[in-house]
Amino acid sequence: MTELVERRRVMDEAGMRRAIRRIAHEIVERAGDTDRLALVGVRTRGVPLARRLAQVIAEAEGVGVPVGELDITLYRDDVFDGLAAPEVRPTLLPFEVEGRTVVLVDDVLYTGRTVRAALDALMDWGRPRRICLAVLVDRGHRELPIHADFVGATVETTRDESIAVRLSETDAEDAVVLRSRPEERGESHGT
Amino acid sequence: MERRRRHLLDLASLPTGEIEHLLDLAESFTDISRRRIKKVPTLRGMTVVNLFMEASTRTRVSFELAAKRLSADTLNLSSSGSSTSKGETLLDTARNLGAMRPDIIVLRHRHSGAPHFLSRNLDAAIVNAGDGWHEHPTQGLLDCLTIRQHLKKIEGLRVAIIGDIAHSRVARSGITALSRLGAEVVVCGPPTMVPPGIETLGCTVTFDRDEAIADADVVMMLRIQKERLGEELFPSEREYARRYGLSRAVLERAARPDALVMHPGPVNRGVELDPDVADGPQSIILDQVANGLAVRMAVLYHCAGGEAAA
Repeated sequence: MTELVERRRVMDEAGMRRAIRRIAHEIVERAGDTDRLALVGVRTRGVPLARRLAQVIAEAEGVGVPVGELDITLYRDDVFDGLAAPEVRPTLLPFEVEGRTVVLVDDVLYTGRTVRAALDALMDWGRPRRICLAVLVDRGHRELPIHADFVGATVETTRDESIAVRLSETDAEDAVVLRSRPEERGESHGT
Repeated sequence: MERRRRHLLDLASLPTGEIEHLLDLAESFTDISRRRIKKVPTLRGMTVVNLFMEASTRTRVSFELAAKRLSADTLNLSSSGSSTSKGETLLDTARNLGAMRPDIIVLRHRHSGAPHFLSRNLDAAIVNAGDGWHEHPTQGLLDCLTIRQHLKKIEGLRVAIIGDIAHSRVARSGITALSRLGAEVVVCGPPTMVPPGIETLGCTVTFDRDEAIADADVVMMLRIQKERLGEELFPSEREYARRYGLSRAVLERAARPDALVMHPGPVNRGVELDPDVADGPQSIILDQVANGLAVRMAVLYHCAGGEAAA
C-alpha cells in the first residue's frame, strides 16, 4: 500500500478543544435531562473523545455522565472480507441502556456503515429512549441514510483522500489531518 | 492474496501467540451471554455442523449454543442417529455432509487424528471437539481462560492435573496450553494411568497426590471413566478415591487455602471429587462451563475467517 502524505491540517489542538467544548454544550442543551444521558464511544478513537466530552460536561454542569465503550466488529457488514477474522475487543457499558438518551461518539463520519453497526450493537443491549450521534469530523460520502446530530467540523474530501484524527491518548498529539496519495496518478501500483 | 481455511485441530501445533489471541478473543465474547439479546449477527448465513461420533452432551450443547449466539445455522449429527450405525465410514459421512457446503464442521470422534483426516479431505473449516486420547483443544483453552480470569495470569503458576492422564485428551490439551503459557504443570495419577514420556509435553510427574497439590495454585481433577473399572489399570472406586480423589479433608490438609479446584465435568461425585469440594468455595467448575461457551464462540468466529495461504 502507498504511504499517504499529509496535505492539510483540518484542526489543531486548540481547534479540537473548542469543537469538543461546543459539542458538549450542545449535547447538554439538546438532552435537557442529564440524569438519563450516557455517552458511548465507538472503538477506537470514539472512546477517548467520549471521555473528553464527559469531562467538559462534568466541569460545566457538575454532573457525571456515564461513558461506555462499544466494539462493533461483530456487527460489521464486511467482517470476513479480509483474510483473518478481525480483532474483537470487549464492549463495556457500565449502565442500563434501557430508557436512556445515548450519544454515540465517533471520530470520523464517512460511509455511515460503522454507525449502522453501532446502532444494531447498542440496541442488543437494551432499548434506549433515543440515540444521537456526535462526530468530530464529517467528511461526507454517505452510503446509508445516516446523519450526525453534533459535528465538530465538516470537511470536503474526495474518496481517495483520508482523514486522520490523532488524539493525545492514542497518537501523542491532538490534530485532524487530511492525507492523500503522494502523486495525483500513476505512481507506485502495489500488488 | 490466496485465502485458506482456518482449522482448530489441536493446541500442540498452534503457535503460542495464537493461543493467547484466542484467549483474548474469548474474553471479548463473554459479555454476549450477559446481554438482553444474547446473539450477534456475525455468522449469519453460515452453517455449522456438529458431527458427534462419540457420546457427549456438554461439549455438543456448548458448541451448538455458541454457533446459535453467533447467528449461524446449526445441524447436529450423532453416531446413534446417523448412518454410521449402518457401517458408513467417516469419510463417506463427511463427503455427504460436504456436498451440502457447511462452513464449519465440529467433530468429536473416538479416533485420534480424525479431525486432521477430515481437514485434508473437505473444504469446510474443521474444529476438533475431542479426538480419542489425543486432544480437546477448546477444553484446554477454556481451562486457561478460567485460570487467567481468576488469577490474572498463567505464567509462573503451579497447576496440578490429577487422574487418568493416559486416556485423557483434556489432560493433553491442558498440559500443552498451560506449559506453553508459562505455567509449571505437574501431573499425578496411578502409575498405570500415567503414560511414559508425558514429560515431553511440558510437565513433571508424581504418583503422590499430596505432593502434587502442595503449593499448587490450581488443582485440576480429571473424570475417571467408570467403564475402565473392570480393567487392571484401576483398583476400585474406593481405593482410587482414597489415594487420588480430592476430599475436603485432603484439600485442607495438603493444599493451599486459596488453591482453585477445577474439573472438566461431568463429576463422579465421591470418586475423583467429593461433593463438598465440587460445590465448595474453591471450586470454579461453573466458571469453566460459562467460559466454554465464550471460547467456542471465539473459535467459531476465528475459523470463519481465513488466513493467508502459505
